[in-house]
Amino acid sequence: MDYSPLLISLKAASLATLITFFLGIYCAYFTMKLKKLKGLLDSIFTLPLVLPPTIIGFFLLVILGRNSFIGAFLLKYDISLVFSSAATIIASIVVAFPLMYRTARGAFEQLDENIIYVARTLGLKEHKILWKIIIPNCISGLLAGTILAFARALGEFGATIMIAGNIPGKTQTMALAVYSAVQSGNRELAYKWVFIMVLISFASILLLNKFQNIRFSSLKKGGI
Amino acid sequence: MLYVDIKKKLGSFQLETKFEINGERLALLGGSGCGKTMTLKCIGGIEKPDEGIIILNKRVLFDSKKKINLVPQERKVGLLFQNYALFPNMTLKENIGIGIAKDNKRKDEIIEEKIKEFSLKGLKDNYPHQLSGGQQQRVALARMLVNNPEILMFDEPFSALDDHLRWQMEKFLLSALDNFKGSSLYVSHNINEVYRLSDKIAIMDDGKVKSINDKVSLFNKPDSRKTALVTGCKNISHISRLDSEFVYASDWDLKLRCQGDFNENISYIGIHSHNIGYDFTGFTKEDVPLRENEYDFIVIDIIKNIFSSILIISSNNKKPGILGQMYLEIPNIELNPSIGINHPIRVVLDKENLFLMTP
Repeated sequence: MDYSPLLISLKAASLATLITFFLGIYCAYFTMKLKKLKGLLDSIFTLPLVLPPTIIGFFLLVILGRNSFIGAFLLKYDISLVFSSAATIIASIVVAFPLMYRTARGAFEQLDENIIYVARTLGLKEHKILWKIIIPNCISGLLAGTILAFARALGEFGATIMIAGNIPGKTQTMALAVYSAVQSGNRELAYKWVFIMVLISFASILLLNKFQNIRFSSLKKGGI
Repeated sequence: MLYVDIKKKLGSFQLETKFEINGERLALLGGSGCGKTMTLKCIGGIEKPDEGIIILNKRVLFDSKKKINLVPQERKVGLLFQNYALFPNMTLKENIGIGIAKDNKRKDEIIEEKIKEFSLKGLKDNYPHQLSGGQQQRVALARMLVNNPEILMFDEPFSALDDHLRWQMEKFLLSALDNFKGSSLYVSHNINEVYRLSDKIAIMDDGKVKSINDKVSLFNKPDSRKTALVTGCKNISHISRLDSEFVYASDWDLKLRCQGDFNENISYIGIHSHNIGYDFTGFTKEDVPLRENEYDFIVIDIIKNIFSSILIISSNNKKPGILGQMYLEIPNIELNPSIGINHPIRVVLDKENLFLMTP
């Protein structure tokens, strides 16, 4: 059995999760502080969650394809994103991002605002407040978001097939391998991949539930 | 010195505060939603006023015309919230030390000093949830003071504490305030607390500062009906003027001699419930004539508190009702058990204790 789909999936999902972690946190922090355009940005950031992944893939093709501004620019340096392994990561980032963003925002909004206000009057710089106060106190929510993002990135299918294609050994992830196996009538192989995917997803959910119980008990007492 | 003159609109609510503090302790007293906390947040830089000026010790913190709006980090203000807002992920020591700059060589020394000053020895590795309410508050106080802020601001710091703890913490806060050189601003809706902890009191209502007064005169002789209500005065009546010395108090149905400046804005009279003179015996001798500002009432109801009682009395003994009711507070030791409902009482509304008020 060729294990390359497992490695491609894990690589794409881990890298996408890493990037989504920071991107989601910063976007959540940024939109939370906004007064105007908050609703608009929030909608844009959440859109990939509700759109069919094929439409996301289509948008990515339009934005990153050879005829697009970005695609043409990258082509000058001999880089083509479409049908590349980088495309699997990009597709995973886009679909996983809303999950990280929304959980991070939910966690931030539950934090007692006075804590942030006090930190400001104590003279702490904004980035220090984010990393030393907000993130440590929201850690359980952020970890939960990270796992959700990882699980989503791992299961990504629609957008990946649109922009990265289904090239064995290069862009064929586990989800795509199942699809190919079923299409070629190889039931046995399909079962194997299904089993591995269910196993990893199940482990992720177990981990998720564990993280949700981490909490500084005084946070609950917080009050307003 | 702190000078504040700001306006801020929030929906249908309009905040318009203006006051000045010169090294004293000023309290903002008012009911919930009157804008007192918003005022603190504007001074701290957490909320931005729509227009106005905030100056602290010659430094302009905010000036809408010159487009100056310092971030909270640069304002040098200390802010203490009702829930203390300690950082739950940090130990007591880290909580106190976080505000001190990393390159400050005296950092550890300052932390130790504060731990000693606020009786927190032996607790420095505890997390906030492992501390009692009183200890948490002392940590918050210590944390606020490490950076030598130029003004201290308190947002209802004791409203979450029980009576015993509140008493202890007040003493602590008072000694901390005594050691502090700058001005302080205290926000509360509790009149007793405000009286004990501040020098001057600003009454706020519906987003506006109604009056700023020395606390003693404010409580003894409030100049407006709003102030009287906030300071807990129970006896207030609408009045109409009869001549140069007498007024008719329509809510009590009494003709009273009073003193003081009587301009056209004056339309209310008041007296504190503990300032009404009373006599339970004189009344029965019907031959003893009523003197000036003396009236015969009957007791309608008695509300017993721990050390004193509130007597609801009525001037109209034929048809008791809302009209003519007054509240009289007397110590329990002077309340004879034989005095019950419908007992006659003669009261004296001394002109020295009556005050005239604007609406």
